[in-house]
Amino acid sequence: MALIDLGKKEVHCKIVYYGAGRCGKTTNLLYIYNAMSDSDRGKMLTIDTKGDRTLFFDLLPLNLGKISGFDIRIQLYTVPGQVMYEATRKLVLKGVDGLVFVADPLKVRQERNIESLNDLERNVGEHGLDLADMPLVLQYNKRDLVDTPVPTLSVEELEQDLNQKYQVPAYEAIATKGDGVFETLKEISKLTVNYVAKRHLFNR
Amino acid sequence: MRDLVLRAETVQKVKAMIEDKLIKDNVQTALVIDGAGNILAHCGKDTDGLDAISLAALTAANFGATSQIAKLIGENDFSLLYHKGEKANIHFARIGTELILISIFGDDVSLGLVRVRVEELAAAIKTIFEG
Repeated sequence: MALIDLGKKEVHCKIVYYGAGRCGKTTNLLYIYNAMSDSDRGKMLTIDTKGDRTLFFDLLPLNLGKISGFDIRIQLYTVPGQVMYEATRKLVLKGVDGLVFVADPLKVRQERNIESLNDLERNVGEHGLDLADMPLVLQYNKRDLVDTPVPTLSVEELEQDLNQKYQVPAYEAIATKGDGVFETLKEISKLTVNYVAKRHLFNR
Repeated sequence: MRDLVLRAETVQKVKAMIEDKLIKDNVQTALVIDGAGNILAHCGKDTDGLDAISLAALTAANFGATSQIAKLIGENDFSLLYHKGEKANIHFARIGTELILISIFGDDVSLGLVRVRVEELAAAIKTIFEG
């Protein structure tokens, strides 16, 4: 649910990074936070009391410039990936406008990725939304593991598992180094702002 | 949840009411936010270092979490939450189903006054936003 403030001429959108535990959602936000200038980013809020796992959510507010005279403000959220935090994930999805699904390439996480996407579908549905109608981008993270002996999934396998149904843009990434992080952010921001603007700004 | 379009005059009206009922009586800051953590109106002293965006996001999430606690004891939801600090106190009240009014105040303001005023405001703000 976007907020359009006609007085201040601002549009606020919420983008949620979703995915199984330890797939790199927070790493994406941290890279974005460190790479952006102070004028374009707000304070990053993270609640990760259990080791390096996100307990509640992370939040990073960004300013993305102007469209049709409106300042575009985006709030990036992550969810805790671990299966048991389903209630928290549902809560963070409240009012979501756009989604990034981060996939882990480890072969042993193949099922987890699929489960997490199904969980996303279900939780979005509980807010009365249909994932098929929403801005969604996939990110195939940790591509640097492909060159190591650890068994990993190929991009074709990930596409087969996760992108058959929705056929959305997908980016390969190494979030720790920043590869693919801004490509993902740019695409989801574009899709989300279009999705909101189509309904409000362009038909005024 | 549908998108929320805020008109300048709506925000002005709500802010004027909050100024009159809370800020005039020494409440430092009051915010109206929605369940997704968006800030609809922000009044009062911009307390130094107050990160309103984080406050709004955490409040929305906190209400979500406490409504689960409510269900455990057979309640549907808690309509207000209050935290007392050494110098600053914070009061959260649900307005209708989607909005939350946050009031931050010091020891010079009584909790009773805040509760009465917030209750009056809640009804008025609900009418303005939800009709």
